[in-house]
Amino acid sequence: MKNTISERVADFLKNFPPFNNLEENQLQKLSYEVSIIYKENNSIIFTENETPHEHFYVVHKGAIALAKKETTSVLDICDEGDIFGLRPLMAKENYKLEAKAHEETILYAIPIKEFKPIALENKQVGDFLIESFASNTRNPYSLKHSGKLYGISNNVDTSPESKLLDLQPVRYSTNLVTCAENTKIKVVANTMTINNVGCILVIKENLPVGIITDKDIRNKIFTGLVPITGTAKEVMTSPVITYPKELTITQAQMAMMKSNISHLCLTEDGTPETPAVGILSKQDVMVAIGNNPAVLMRAIKICASTKRLRSIRHGVMNLLRGYLDENIPIRLISKIISELNDATIKQVIKIVIKNMDAEPPVRFAWLTMGSQGRSEQLLNTDQDNAILFEDVPKKKQKETTDYFLKLGAIITKELNTIGYEYCPAEMMASNPLWCHSLSEWKEVTTHWISNPGPDEVLLSSIFFDYNVTYGDKKLASELSKHIFESVEKHPLFLTHLASGALQNPSPSGFFRDFLVEQDGAHKDFFDLKLRALMPLIDAARVLILSHSVKSINNTAERYEKLAELEPQNKEFYLACSYASKALLKFRTIQGLLHNDSGRFIALEKLNKEEKIKLKRTFKTIKEVQDLLQIRFQIKNILG
Amino acid sequence: MKLFQKKKQTDLPAFWKDYSNQFINKLPVNINENEFVIFDTETTGFSFDKDRILSIGAVKLINKNILVKKSFEVYISQTHYDSNSAEIHGILKKGNKECITEIEALEQFLTYIKNHVLVGHHVLFDIAMVNEALKRNGLPKLKNKTLDTGLLYKRTLLTTAVLQKKEQYSLDDLAEKFNISKKDRHTALGDAYITVIAFLAILDKLKPKSLVDLIKKQKPPKFGL
Repeated sequence: MKNTISERVADFLKNFPPFNNLEENQLQKLSYEVSIIYKENNSIIFTENETPHEHFYVVHKGAIALAKKETTSVLDICDEGDIFGLRPLMAKENYKLEAKAHEETILYAIPIKEFKPIALENKQVGDFLIESFASNTRNPYSLKHSGKLYGISNNVDTSPESKLLDLQPVRYSTNLVTCAENTKIKVVANTMTINNVGCILVIKENLPVGIITDKDIRNKIFTGLVPITGTAKEVMTSPVITYPKELTITQAQMAMMKSNISHLCLTEDGTPETPAVGILSKQDVMVAIGNNPAVLMRAIKICASTKRLRSIRHGVMNLLRGYLDENIPIRLISKIISELNDATIKQVIKIVIKNMDAEPPVRFAWLTMGSQGRSEQLLNTDQDNAILFEDVPKKKQKETTDYFLKLGAIITKELNTIGYEYCPAEMMASNPLWCHSLSEWKEVTTHWISNPGPDEVLLSSIFFDYNVTYGDKKLASELSKHIFESVEKHPLFLTHLASGALQNPSPSGFFRDFLVEQDGAHKDFFDLKLRALMPLIDAARVLILSHSVKSINNTAERYEKLAELEPQNKEFYLACSYASKALLKFRTIQGLLHNDSGRFIALEKLNKEEKIKLKRTFKTIKEVQDLLQIRFQIKNILG
Repeated sequence: MKLFQKKKQTDLPAFWKDYSNQFINKLPVNINENEFVIFDTETTGFSFDKDRILSIGAVKLINKNILVKKSFEVYISQTHYDSNSAEIHGILKKGNKECITEIEALEQFLTYIKNHVLVGHHVLFDIAMVNEALKRNGLPKLKNKTLDTGLLYKRTLLTTAVLQKKEQYSLDDLAEKFNISKKDRHTALGDAYITVIAFLAILDKLKPKSLVDLIKKQKPPKFGL
């Protein structure tokens, strides 16, 4: 039995073990019995000690976090194609972990009743299960182990904080760069450069016979030991030290220390007598440990697929969590995380451009707006971006715009893949309204500044925080120059911008109590972004624009600059700077805690100290709004 | 009027009476207790009187759960046939799919949908096509409540002047927004699948309090303070 949907399910499953070992008709039959389940973010699939369901699960789309109940640290993330919740069904025991949707997720639930006979009948499937249960890896056949099989493991009683490095298999590069013994050294060096690797494997009859690293080239060629015209055989280190592919992080570290080498060659069975399946570098090990921004940065920069970037971003989130736990100053944290975010976006753009049919026809800049533009984006939130490209002759205008719109569409889609939600207001480079040439942008911004209605003020307040993430900085600074000149010509614009900044609803009521949302999906929640962060951000923008200060986008830094420019208000501005940092930190912690954007806060979940901290910032918000009222004479235009 | 209908009821086939009797039961208030039937039709064209339904595909959604084997897919043998639209849908008049007659398809469809809410993308078109088919076979119109993912999707968008909304959003637009693979696009069941995933994502965004609330949300929001 089959139908269009079951065929679709089968088509997906056949790419992943153990389903790839099923006979065509077995797979069809199994797919027909599947239920497709939709799980919204943070909804629970099963919880600790729950009796096993009738199904086990395969992630079709999204991600599932497996964790010990009541802890915030996630033990493992199951991605597309990963199986979880199978062992308790086979062993007829209760679930050992809680499985929770880490984002919006679609699951295929496969009934154990239908699967078990197949597992017993099909030897390969049976072997897969036995091996995965025994080795505790989720997928022992895969060349890329991505974590332990926590969902079906029973020895997770060790402290989750240790991250179980001694048990976690490492992810290594399967993209082998190789050469033959008689390859010329120059060719070897070129191959290494093109592939951006620090080591190349020398292969003879499919077996690894030697390895050449950067160090070999330095020690043997530059010292004159081997002439530059020599061959790979002369420089390689031989024999190769090989290891089996089922290596854990700790084992890999030990192996490298023991032999004092930076690369391990992994082969089918761990001996040099079988073909190599991968190379593991010190870098790979460091990424797996994931507690070092420099390592993550390099991982991002050499990453060739957006899919892989997505998992690196999980590492970035772990880093962020660690920083907050250790109470590192938020300013430093936002610097580091923003750098990593920036690098990620840059890398996405690089990958996309490389895969485009043609190079960009003219110079362009990728502008990120909103929180990312202000370096205040710590969590994955919406993407707000725009494209600015060089002016072209009129007859080329359409063709050029089309190219950049297409580029924008692909980039925003890839950004979505790695976890940046689409902007609900379509403020993205894929939208013709946000993809312009320099002179078009000048026109648009002039229009906003000279006709400051509510929409124009809103648009400017979003756009004017732009920051160049990729491409030509000169184009952007020309645009900035134009904006400052226009603002000077139309001083009334600032008044309107200031009044826009006062439109945000107030955080507290008459009795200094929190004002919560009256209805909608977030009824009775406190809107931290709208009621507390936005007033501070908006005010900083107006004030800094009125001083014609370019290139400071970060709100806290803007207030610090203001403190410098207006010494008479120094203390007040420093209080504003402090408040914006405190609120950002507050939002980030809340967001990490609840795996969302941290925007809406359930007040009853806060403790007294947190509430007091929040309220303290409200006083500052009130004061900065009063300052805007007086300085820009808002009453005149409102009245 | 009522008398007239009653009189006519007696002439109607048993499957219609079974279908009609389902509506004695009230629909549950809670969204998750409701069964939704997400469906799509492929037709020979857009004319209600000239064109015919080529196939109907549908899935049932119960508590955010879709059972693959409970999906519905029929192909209808054709008398009227327009070569233009067959190209879009890839269903040929004498394709290799097993075809049944229109009345058989309608009987199966009514038995499948019962009194559940019908969900579709621009659902009124599909409803109208089915109603025309019912009329041709001497049967009254469908009685089910309907939900249009096209209208509901618009409600998930921001109500701000900054965003220029399109008049209509196609199923392709939705598939792109929600990252749904467009495989099997333009087969009835394939489109029904895309629609159900989009519907689930929309529900997550709108968070309706009840079924009535969800049906109401199809209308544009009232402005005011």
